Amino acid sequence: MPAVQETVERVRRIDVDQYRYGFETLIESDKAPKGLSEDTVRFISAKKNEPAWMLEWRLEAFRRWLTMTEPTWARVNYPKIDYQDIYYYAAPKPKKTLSSIDEIDPEILKTYEKLGIPLREVAILEGVEPPPGGEPSANRKIAVDAVFDSVSVATTFQKELKKAGVIFMPISEAIREHPELVQKYLGSVVPTSDNYFATLNSAVFSDGSFVYVPPGVRCPMELSTYFRINERNTGQFERTLIIADKGSYVSYLEGCTAPQRDENQLHAAVVELVALDDAEIKYSTVQNWYPGNSEGKGGIYNFVTKRGDCRGKNSKISWTQVETGSAITWKYPSCILRGDNSSGEFYSIAISNGYQQVDSGTKMIHLGKNTSSRIISKGIAAGKSQNTYRGLVSAHRKATGARNYTACDSLLIGDKCGAHTVPYVEAKNSSATFEHEATTSKISEDVLFYCIQRGLSQEEAVGLVVNGFVKDVLQQLPMEFAVEAQKLISISLEGSVG
Amino acid sequence: MTLRKNVMSLLEVKDLKVRVEEREILHGLSLTVNPGEVHAIMGPNGSGKSTLSHVIAGKPGYEVTDGQILFRGEDLLEMEPNERAAKGVFLAFQYPVEIPGVTTWNFLHAALNAQRKARGEDEISSPAFLKKVREVARSLNIPQDMLKRGVNVGFSGGEKKRNEILQMALFEPAVCILDEMDSGLDIDALRIAADGVNALRSPERAMVVITHYQRLLNYIVPDFVHVMSKGRVVKSGGKELALELEESGYAQFEDAA
Ligand SMILES: Nc1ncnc2c1ncn2[C@@H]1O[C@H](COP(=O)(O)OP(=O)(O)O)[C@@H](O)[C@H]1O
Ligand SMILES: [Mg+2]
Repeated sequence: MPAVQETVERVRRIDVDQYRYGFETLIESDKAPKGLSEDTVRFISAKKNEPAWMLEWRLEAFRRWLTMTEPTWARVNYPKIDYQDIYYYAAPKPKKTLSSIDEIDPEILKTYEKLGIPLREVAILEGVEPPPGGEPSANRKIAVDAVFDSVSVATTFQKELKKAGVIFMPISEAIREHPELVQKYLGSVVPTSDNYFATLNSAVFSDGSFVYVPPGVRCPMELSTYFRINERNTGQFERTLIIADKGSYVSYLEGCTAPQRDENQLHAAVVELVALDDAEIKYSTVQNWYPGNSEGKGGIYNFVTKRGDCRGKNSKISWTQVETGSAITWKYPSCILRGDNSSGEFYSIAISNGYQQVDSGTKMIHLGKNTSSRIISKGIAAGKSQNTYRGLVSAHRKATGARNYTACDSLLIGDKCGAHTVPYVEAKNSSATFEHEATTSKISEDVLFYCIQRGLSQEEAVGLVVNGFVKDVLQQLPMEFAVEAQKLISISLEGSVG
Repeated sequence: MTLRKNVMSLLEVKDLKVRVEEREILHGLSLTVNPGEVHAIMGPNGSGKSTLSHVIAGKPGYEVTDGQILFRGEDLLEMEPNERAAKGVFLAFQYPVEIPGVTTWNFLHAALNAQRKARGEDEISSPAFLKKVREVARSLNIPQDMLKRGVNVGFSGGEKKRNEILQMALFEPAVCILDEMDSGLDIDALRIAADGVNALRSPERAMVVITHYQRLLNYIVPDFVHVMSKGRVVKSGGKELALELEESGYAQFEDAA
C-alpha cells in the first residue's frame, strides 16, 4: 500500500480515547441549584461571604449578559448550549475549616497526587529530566493554588511568598482581604461588558487565583494554579487577576484537566493581567481539558477570555500556551500595549486530534509609542480536527514606531483535518512595521521513513518531528513544564499515524 | 583458496520482483552478500538501484510480488523497517532529509536507544552517549558543532553524507547500503566520505555500494561488482568489471537487459 494511503487508513482508525486524566473523584459536594438567575448569582456571592460591592458588580454583569447573544464568528460548530441546564457552583463539602494541608479531604489530595500536582510544600526534584546538555534543576520551588470545581482547595508556600511581599491566594479570599486591590483592578482589563462569555463569567465566577507583586520585587518562585473540573453538568468559571507593580517580575503557570464524560462541559474563564511601569509578567498555560472521545462525544467547551494590559512604560507581558485538550477551544490571549516601549509576546502550540475544533490566536493592540509585539504560533492538526489561527495586530494613530513580527506555521498529519490562518492587520499610522509569515506543511513520508530506518517507531518518529516543529515555543516554557508539555504533545498525537 | 565454510549468508536477495504503482521495476533480481564483503552495484539512472535499497530497508509504497529477502536466514520482508534497523540493516540515503528543530545529537540518541531497546539492551544515558558520539565524530573528523545543529538543516552536500557515515559508525550495523554516496560531492568531500566508509570495513560487516560512476570505486575498492540494467543484474564480476564499464559504458548492457 502506498505510504500516504496507509497513513490515511490509520487516521481513519484514529482513537483519541487515551486521555490519562479522565478519572472521577467521588466526594460529596455542595451545589447551587441548577440553572441561572439572579438567585444563582446571590447564592454564589453568599457562599463566598462577599461584600456588597462584589454582589452588585456581579448582578450588573448578569443583567447585561441577559441582553447579549452568543458570538458566532469563530470557525467552530456545536449544538446550542442550554444555560439553564448547568450547575454554576459546586464545592467539595468541607468536613470542617481547614488550617493545614493535612486536613484536606484525602480523596482530593489523592486526585492531585494522581495528576502529579504537588500540594505538599516540597521542592520539585523528581520526574524532571534536564534537556540535553542542560543542568538538572536544583531545588526549584513552585507555589501551587489548586482549584477543584468552584473552589480553591489549597495554596502552597503562602508564608514564604508573604515574606517577599507577594500576595498569592484564591481570589475569593482576596476579595475579602484585599478589597482595595481587587476593586481597583478587577474588570479593568476585561470589562464586565466585554463579550458574552466574559460577562457570564463576571456574574458567576466562583474562584481562581489572585496575585499581586509589589514594586521592585522579583517573585522568588514560579506561581501556578491547577484547575480541575470534577462534578458532572458543572460549568467552571474561574477568574484570575495578576498585578505586577512597578519594576516587578512574576512567572505564572496554569494547568487544567477534567474527567472523561459523555456530555459536554462549559469552561468560561477570564484572566486579567496588569503590568505597571518596567514590570514583566510571563503567563504560561498547559491546557489539557478532556477533548472528547473518538466519535467526538463529550469534551470541554473552552471559551476563555485572557487579556494582558501593559499599562506602564517599558512593561512586558508574554503569553505561552500549549493547547492539547478541549472539544472546542475559543481563546485569544491578548496584549494591550498601552505604555510607551511596552512589548507583548504570544507563543502558542495548538494541537488538535479526533474531532477537536480549535479557534485560537491573539490580539496585539499597539497604543503606546515604540511598542513591539511578537507572535509565534504553531498549529498541528491530526485526525478529523479543525485548527484555526485567528490573530489581530493593530496600531493606533498615536502608536508611532509600532513593530510586530508574526510567524504562523501549521502542520497537517493525514488529510482529513484542516488548518486555517486568519490574520487581521490594521495600521492607522504609517510608521508601523508589521511583518507576517505563514506556512502550512504536511508531515513528510520521506522524513518519517528516514527516522524509522534509524530504528524509531512510527509514533516516535511523529513525536520527534512534531517536537522539532514546536521547539521555538517549547523553549519559552519554564523547564519543568517544557518536559511535561513535550510528553503531552506525544500523548495527544498517539494514534494519529502509525 | 580455502573452501568457504557452510555459513549462512548475511543478506540474500532471491529472484525479487517489485512493483511501484502497478508498474514492475525489479524483474527478478538476485544478490548474495557475505560478512566482510563489499559489493558494488552499478547501473544507469532508472535501472532500479534505489528501488532495491528501499525494498531492503522496508520503505512503504513498494509491492513485492515475488521472491525473497533473507537476512541471516530470516525473512526480512516480514519485519517492520525499524525492526530491520535494530537487527543491523542500515541505509545511507541518496538524499538525506532535513528535520528542523531536532538536534543531530538528540536524534542520534533517540535512534540508538530505540535500536537498543528493540534488541533488549539497556538504554544508553545522555552523558555516556555524548561521550560515545563525540569519539565517533572525532574519528571521522566531523566537527562537534555539527552535532548541535538540526538534523541536516543547512548542511552542505558533503556534510549530509558525512552525517550518514557518522550514523553508520554509531549504530554499527551488519549490512550498510550506501545509495549514490558520491552524488553531489566534489573530489575532496568524496575522499573524506570514502575514508570514513573504509574505516568501517570489517570482517563481520558487509557493504553494498550503489553508484552510477566508477570514480567512487577508486576510493572504496569492492570485492564484487554487479551491473544493473532495467531492473535486473546483467553482469557480475570482480573489481576490474568497474574499469571495463568506465571504458565501454552501459550501452552494451542495455541490449542484454
Ligand atoms: N515512487 C515511484 N513511483 C513511480 N515510479 C518510480 C518510483 N520510484 C521509482 N520509480 C521508477 O522506477 C525506476 C527505477 O528507479 P530507481 O530505483 O530510482 O533507479 P536508480 O536508483 O537506479 O536511478 C525508474 O523508472 C523510476 O521512474
Ligand atoms: Mg537512485
